Amino acid sequence: MAEERTDLILDIKNLKVVYKTDMEVVEAVNNIDLKIGRGKTLGLVGETGAGKTTTALSILRLLPAVTGKVLEGEIHFDGQNLMEFDEHFMHAIRGNRISMVFQDPMTSLNPVLTVGDQIAEAISLHNDQLSKEEIDRKVEDTLSMVGILPKRKSDYPHQFSGGMKQRVIIAMALCCEPELLIADEPTTALDVTIQAQVLAMMRELRERLGMAMLMITHDLGIVAQTCDDVAVMYAGEIVEAGTVEDIFTGEHHHPYTVGLFNSIPNLDSRASRLKPIPGLVPDPTNLPKGCVFSPRCEHCTEICRQQRPETVTHGTHSLRCHLFAEKKEGGAAHE
Amino acid sequence: MSERTNAQPLVKTVDLKKLFKLKGGALLHAVDGVNLEIYPAETLGVVGESGCGKSTLGRTILKLIEPTDGKIYFEGEDITKYSVRQMRHKRRDMQIIFQDPYACLDARMSVVDIIAEYMFIHHVYKSRAETYNRAAQLMDQVGLARRYANAYPHELDGGRRQRIGIARALSLGPKMIVCDEPVSALDVSIQAQILNLLMDLQDELGLAYMFVTHDLSVVKHISNNIMVMYLGRCVELCSADELFANPLHPYTDALLAAIPKPDISLRGKEQKLIRGEVTSPINVKPGCRFASRCPFCTEKCTNTDPEFVEVTPGHFVSCFKVNNK
Repeated sequence: MAEERTDLILDIKNLKVVYKTDMEVVEAVNNIDLKIGRGKTLGLVGETGAGKTTTALSILRLLPAVTGKVLEGEIHFDGQNLMEFDEHFMHAIRGNRISMVFQDPMTSLNPVLTVGDQIAEAISLHNDQLSKEEIDRKVEDTLSMVGILPKRKSDYPHQFSGGMKQRVIIAMALCCEPELLIADEPTTALDVTIQAQVLAMMRELRERLGMAMLMITHDLGIVAQTCDDVAVMYAGEIVEAGTVEDIFTGEHHHPYTVGLFNSIPNLDSRASRLKPIPGLVPDPTNLPKGCVFSPRCEHCTEICRQQRPETVTHGTHSLRCHLFAEKKEGGAAHE
Repeated sequence: MSERTNAQPLVKTVDLKKLFKLKGGALLHAVDGVNLEIYPAETLGVVGESGCGKSTLGRTILKLIEPTDGKIYFEGEDITKYSVRQMRHKRRDMQIIFQDPYACLDARMSVVDIIAEYMFIHHVYKSRAETYNRAAQLMDQVGLARRYANAYPHELDGGRRQRIGIARALSLGPKMIVCDEPVSALDVSIQAQILNLLMDLQDELGLAYMFVTHDLSVVKHISNNIMVMYLGRCVELCSADELFANPLHPYTDALLAAIPKPDISLRGKEQKLIRGEVTSPINVKPGCRFASRCPFCTEKCTNTDPEFVEVTPGHFVSCFKVNNK
């Protein structure tokens, strides 16, 4: 057990996060478990409002202070529970051992500072012993690592294109060589050809630096091409998790995962109509009593409406659905 | 395309251009000599990356933006020089659905008023009751429950708002709708619902669509013909199946290769990546627009404009590498 723990860079246990206002309580993340091995990439997939970004923000303890609350759970990073540490300790972790890349490159850079200054800020915050020249050299190294000419460090963000800005942000996130990179939809705002360039670069850097990555995305194509493990999130719960092989070629799937795959127009098939999931994501202030997916599920039965399913695990593949809870019992009886 | 040589195109453009004048007299070539045809009950998909002029093209065809040069024909009629008043009448036949269902609806009007507004403007019905009756029918048609009739846009989610936009576009009984990235702002499961709705409506009402998007898998799903744009120019035009089976232009090839495919057997395989980024559309020099990023670029490509040539029946490409064969 102790040996297993050291293999994991991130181990989230039973995390529950709510946003509380005077009027209502939004149940954003409901008792999820996530594990990322060292040097591995986990894809967190789901639609808007599934709780993907909230999960990422809780890891860095960046939830909005007034409304966001972690009610239950532990987040172990490299064997230490981050929930027990004070703000001062988190400062030393953020940007240094865990970094985050945000979705929108246009709004995550400061328009009145040069990109070189912004990268230097991240480096000097975590390495106070470095001299000015050393920091300068490190800024140039980081920029060339992401494919930007070092002489452009004195340019301002508006002088860069969207793809270049995202490269700058990735450079900033990587300048302290973090052990874990959280990438929240890093390429959603980019064009496909630029997206392909940025993804290829991220893959290469991940291998070179040996860091682990939490890739948050809604694009199953990106997951298939970049991730080792996948967790499918729906209405604050992880409904299915496993290796990419489990999710993309495995036999059994959660009905929501099946629905997601059927919703993407397939480049190879000539089906005249897509098979979308009927209905909408449930209101997080008023989640269904039983299985969160039950109102939209075609296999919904009485038990689904009444009781929350437990997570059933087969090897690396885990599912949270009553369909498979029964199957397991049935399978056991046959043996 | 060859099967319908007798049919008259609903919309046709000849060498359509839209140049925007910038400060200091520089010219931004948004749409630079586009020839296209859209036939009744068919969908022309227009794909390209941001800044390639695809949205400007859609708006110029509707004359929401005045073209700089070239001709636009609607049902054989030259509408290029039509006045605003003449166009207002024509817009009963040609409508548009916008990308952002949050921004294109008046936040202070109720759903049924938004849908009825165009019918009031065009005096389609004599009485208010008839108009509202029709608005309610339209809500049924696009799958919006009638209980939302008096709701305001902010109370609804993105998918439902896009349905309002579609109902409003249908309200005047158009023959053609320009769909400008209608599903880009939506989640995949909702996106599929809207795509199915658009295809059902096309079957039912015989609508023609010009479907503008950056998403190749969406465009393949919905289109009969696809036009690939790069920096204001059309680089390739052919049927959807042909484009994916046999892409001829190096840019189309690169676009197809760049889509991340949900298939793990392709993991780790070398991708054909194109270098660089889209160059500036301001004061462009002659020559192929794609030359600076093209792996097959020769000297000729940087000096001369390649012509838009029909290589095989119905498959048009503008590229020297292909045209010389």
